[in-house]
Amino acid sequence: MHPAYVEGIGVLGPGIQSWQEAAYILKGERTYVPGNTVLSPPESLPPAERRRASRGVMAALQVGYEACAMAGVLPAEPASVFASSGSDGDICNAICSAIAAGDHLISPTQFHNSVHNAISGYWGIATGAMAPSSVVSAHDGSFAAGLLEAVSLLVTLRTPVLLVASDQDYPFPLYATRPVPDIFAVALILTVAPQPGKSLAQIRIASDQPFTEMPGQTMSEVPLADLSGAIPAARCLPLLQSIARRDTGNVVLEYLDSQYLVLEVAPC
Amino acid sequence: MSILMISGVTSTSCIGRGLEQTLSALHGRQGGLTPCVFRDMVIDTWVGEVAGVDDEKIDADLRDFNCRNNRLAQLALSQDGFADAVEAAVGRWGRRRVGVFLGTSTAGMLRTEWAFRHRDAVSGQLPAEFVYAGTHSPYSLTEFVRRKLGLEGPAVAVSSACSSSAKVFASAQRMVDCGLIDAAVVGGVDSLCATTLYGFESLGLLAKEPCRPFSGDRAGISIGEAAAYMLVERMAGPQDREAVWLLGVGESSDAYHMSSPHPQGLGARLAMERALASAGLGPEHIDYINLHGTGTVANDAAEAIAIANVFGIATPCSSTKGATGHTLGAAGALEAAICVLAIQNDFMPSSPYTGLRDHAMEINYISQNQGGTISTVLSNSFGFGGSNCSLVFGRPI
Repeated sequence: MHPAYVEGIGVLGPGIQSWQEAAYILKGERTYVPGNTVLSPPESLPPAERRRASRGVMAALQVGYEACAMAGVLPAEPASVFASSGSDGDICNAICSAIAAGDHLISPTQFHNSVHNAISGYWGIATGAMAPSSVVSAHDGSFAAGLLEAVSLLVTLRTPVLLVASDQDYPFPLYATRPVPDIFAVALILTVAPQPGKSLAQIRIASDQPFTEMPGQTMSEVPLADLSGAIPAARCLPLLQSIARRDTGNVVLEYLDSQYLVLEVAPC
Repeated sequence: MSILMISGVTSTSCIGRGLEQTLSALHGRQGGLTPCVFRDMVIDTWVGEVAGVDDEKIDADLRDFNCRNNRLAQLALSQDGFADAVEAAVGRWGRRRVGVFLGTSTAGMLRTEWAFRHRDAVSGQLPAEFVYAGTHSPYSLTEFVRRKLGLEGPAVAVSSACSSSAKVFASAQRMVDCGLIDAAVVGGVDSLCATTLYGFESLGLLAKEPCRPFSGDRAGISIGEAAAYMLVERMAGPQDREAVWLLGVGESSDAYHMSSPHPQGLGARLAMERALASAGLGPEHIDYINLHGTGTVANDAAEAIAIANVFGIATPCSSTKGATGHTLGAAGALEAAICVLAIQNDFMPSSPYTGLRDHAMEINYISQNQGGTISTVLSNSFGFGGSNCSLVFGRPI
């Protein structure tokens, strides 16, 4: 399969504010100190959307803008893929609680924000992007499913593709059945051709055996392994670590039940 | 992009279990909408409820997946020999080379609503029988169908509101093009729940009578439920002259508003133009358009403008949502199945309730069923968040 080149990365998560910070941590040059995810909503989000968008949407937009800025790509340009294991937990909790209490007057804004493609919709509104935008989910393997979708979109359209994978915590009582503790969001700008001095890494879906039943190695640093295991979107961390360290070799990502995605990664 | 052969089709909605009943209802212009008496909902609207869904028994090893959405998914899988067609594809390509791409907007939300009504009085916990991964997760549907069919290829859920099960065709086609799969089960399943009924009510978008898409006095949507699947495959061996193919796909984003369409139908127009370009066809090649046609004032007006801009005013078009209701995340696949029926049977279905013509919309909206040679059709699906997808089906020209 044709390789994809990573031109820009955005990251936001518990104790991680940016790709720059994540890279230091993943290279082992800075100790990872778990904390709470702190949002800094992008300035370019129109005021009405800033008011209406939930924190999960804000996080996804933030990393999307970060990746585009790093790649020097206008946010309106790329086709996009948004991968999340679930939709907005706060809204789902509010709507289901109200219905259970016999209150049938759902807030219209909450209702349209409850759709799984809310992030894709807000991204289009904020950036003006009219390009194709995919919205995918594969439970804990949503990042890998998003990456597969992004690579296949890239190979077909041959224009830059923005992949954003994000998940957010559920409030009680859903939290007890889906214990995602906080927000994690990651964005990659992928292109079909490398740009000298700019491309960070080359990713290729392993051609001989793209899927395996053997899980990859867990991350050696326990707090990072914990983060990767706790939030579905953070399952990307083995890939980000490989990119940050400029490793050459295979990265195995969680995908479907007893099925893992194998990537060949090399620095540019 | 490569074209994909459709080697299996089935649909189940309020107008029929399987294609034979569906075709018969369309021929007879019989709608399946009835006044809403679904569960304990208190709402003045009509719905397209599928009869007998809750009679489906879920296998013991799949009990974590037991919810109305997956029961509907299972009911539909057993129609039209679809599962056998999939098994034949497995024989041709191998279990790991057949992917599963399914759309849903709310998956098993009805089950989550049930769980919230049955919280523990002391701890507030949801009942232990509630399984997030099996019923609440958007992916629950895909995993359930994947296990029912014994498939081991790539799988994904697409949840982009009302364009979900149109966009699955695009994802499958791309993955075939990449060489990761040779065939795919694509489709969509959505089932009635309080969240969507009360949610659309809150937006003022529910009709109090059966919906009348594209009529001058249209007053909103009627929500339906449905499950529809197609088996699509890359070309193998000599071309089957009778087969219908997925010829093209076009996707776009409105970049306008979360729940209102672009008033000039700009995103819709882009999706249709991209679908035609991907099929290598011009607007003159399309014999019939199955509209998104939800029946809201704004949606139909915007779609009419987009249609007129791309096709002019001569191409016959209709919405079948007057018969089936708007089946949300299943609409793309359900209407794709109706498009295949239109091609195979050389007929263009109209809605049962067309009402008075809206003279503000200068398109050829057919108010009666029509015959004629139908070789190539386009189907539109548009959703919240400005997510648009158009599909082109037909026989290669």
